Amino acid sequence: MSQTRKQLLTDPLVDNNPITLQVLGICSALAVTSSLNVAFVMSLAVIAVCGFSSLFISFLRHYIPNSIRIIVQMVIIASLVILVDQIIKAYAYEISKTLSVFVGLIITNCIVMGRAEAFAMKNKPFDSFIDGVGNGLGYSLLLMGVGVIRELFGSGSLFGIMIFESVSNGGWYVPNGLLLLPPSAFFIIGFFIWGVRTWKKSQVEAREYKIQTLEEH
Amino acid sequence: MEGLISLAVKAIFVENLALSFFLGMCTFIAVSKKISTAIGLGVSVMIVQSITVPANNIILTYILKPGALAWAGFPDVDLTFLGLISYIGVIAALVQILEMILDKYFPPLYNALGIFLPLITVNCAILGGSLFMVERDYNFSEATTYGIASGFGWALAIATMAGVREKLKYSDIPDGLQGLGITFITAGLMAMAFMCFSGVKL
Repeated sequence: MSQTRKQLLTDPLVDNNPITLQVLGICSALAVTSSLNVAFVMSLAVIAVCGFSSLFISFLRHYIPNSIRIIVQMVIIASLVILVDQIIKAYAYEISKTLSVFVGLIITNCIVMGRAEAFAMKNKPFDSFIDGVGNGLGYSLLLMGVGVIRELFGSGSLFGIMIFESVSNGGWYVPNGLLLLPPSAFFIIGFFIWGVRTWKKSQVEAREYKIQTLEEH
Repeated sequence: MEGLISLAVKAIFVENLALSFFLGMCTFIAVSKKISTAIGLGVSVMIVQSITVPANNIILTYILKPGALAWAGFPDVDLTFLGLISYIGVIAALVQILEMILDKYFPPLYNALGIFLPLITVNCAILGGSLFMVERDYNFSEATTYGIASGFGWALAIATMAGVREKLKYSDIPDGLQGLGITFITAGLMAMAFMCFSGVKL
């Protein structure tokens, strides 16, 4: 794999993460992370849709008229999502129940549209595929990170396997119920962003107002 | 009627699309910097939502459901697998039509909402509303109520968020949390506040 293709794959992981830097596709990132199983299936679905939609859109990029490109992209993405939805329903019915509407919502996941619009319309099919997969991976990385924290501390298990024996089962760990509730996902992603931006200073946003210090006064 | 009121209260407060299902988060975070724009977007989401949810309900009942095509002479056809693609098609088409109507008859409103209208097509709150309608088996009147109420709930959430953020920009925030980070934490606190409604039943 050449240097640039490797970059296409690895850049979206931290340096240009779709969630922490580009602010795309947050909706599902928050909703499906209360257990790792579900987060894992969701990640696979997004990687698949993002990779293949970039591939197909890139194949068709010379034939898509500019004025109706959004509709064409929508149709390609929606067909892929229907495929993924049917596959999950066939092989992981329980998980498809928990995911409920969120598989369908991959259609409006801004990461997929964003990559189609920003990259696949201008680049070769294979590069676009890698770029799509890379962005899917960046999304999954954050999803799994949040999922690990929420499931481990919220119910004391990982992938449904007990790690911390909880009090109700005669163990020592008192599960923190807040982590299973929606608000915790906001906090965890907020802290993730804080961490990433403390590490990569270049991602820090400029202040709109500067607080005047006593010396300047 | 009581059922509809309680459904509306539930959709606005308890099951707020933005704060408890995280739908429409991308625009929620991106467009909540100023109160006036946030209200503009909130109103347009509400309008679009209250048209698309009932419209998709009609499509589901008369075209897609198993046996729904009996009026056309195909009693055994089940088209539910085409659901996703037809809902998004309906949403895209309705947004386009709404844009043209507003442009022709209500230019001031069109100019105020202008840039947000096309964005709404890819707002997950809209598609999510339709998908929840399907999943929960709402009938037509329930779907209409749900559409209006959930749109209103979303508008309420983004307007409040913009209010908080307008004050927030004057405060001294650690560098790494500046902008996106602190917005997430604020949204978390708001979601916790909205959870207090969860006991309310009518």
